[in-house]
Amino acid sequence: MKHLLKDLNKAFENKVRLGIMSALVVNDYLDFNALKELLEVTDGNLASHLKSLEKSKYVTFKKEFRDRKPNTRYSVTKEGRSAFVKHIKAIEQLLK
Amino acid sequence: MNQNKYLRDLQDIKDIMSRSSRFISLSGLSGIFAGLFALGGAYAAYQTVYSGQDYLNHRYAVITRESLMTLLIIALVTLALSIGAGIFFTSRETRKQNEKVWDHQTRRLLINLAIPLVTGGIVCLILLLKGFVGIIAPLTLIFYGLALVNASKYTLNEVRSLGIIEIVLGLISLQFIGYGLLVWAIGFGVMHIVYGTMMQLKYKS
Repeated sequence: MKHLLKDLNKAFENKVRLGIMSALVVNDYLDFNALKELLEVTDGNLASHLKSLEKSKYVTFKKEFRDRKPNTRYSVTKEGRSAFVKHIKAIEQLLK
Repeated sequence: MNQNKYLRDLQDIKDIMSRSSRFISLSGLSGIFAGLFALGGAYAAYQTVYSGQDYLNHRYAVITRESLMTLLIIALVTLALSIGAGIFFTSRETRKQNEKVWDHQTRRLLINLAIPLVTGGIVCLILLLKGFVGIIAPLTLIFYGLALVNASKYTLNEVRSLGIIEIVLGLISLQFIGYGLLVWAIGFGVMHIVYGTMMQLKYKS
């Protein structure tokens, strides 16, 4: 039991962060508004969770301009993907 | 007690993954109507091609310049009606599920559907202008099937098997060109109605 809990990632304990990761691993990228609509959270809430995922190097972003409006595209990093997979595997093991 | 939390987490993960990567508001009704319009179109085309011939004797497909125009018009009207029904029923379904009609899933679905479809459309137009009328019906089936298989990654799973069926029907009718229109009516008409009904029953409840 102990070794299983070790694999559970604190970064994904939060519901919004879990949601962000779930969405990003199955999409090449999503922009801020797409994530916001998908997860039904406020701007500030989403931004702070994205920031913390960025800090753990699980998520990267690319800013660009579309129709002269700033648009930020988020995608998951290699580390983020493997950490997320590990987290899901740990949950599945726990539920067994 | 943690057990429940993690169970809920897994459920959330699955839900978000499917909602963010697949367009799931496809309405079965749009398939049924597209099928009915296709059958109507096929009947009209049949009347045009085989018009004015004795019913008892062997009948030839007769295509003149005028009937070619009529066929093109029939094809365009059928296409417009089917797309119209698709947009109408699907946007109604999307609103019902409180999702946006025009988001990045829709865009991605349509782009991936359009690439093989537009290619096929252009190929058929070129062949039609060069006088290869017989292989048009089989080719539309094949390209439509390829488009469905390509787009199925971004929507309901059923679309993939429908696409494969269309491809097989297209190949069969390419071999037996005399039955082109009949097989076309099966592929675009009957199959759409069958799949539309199936999806309507499966996802309605």
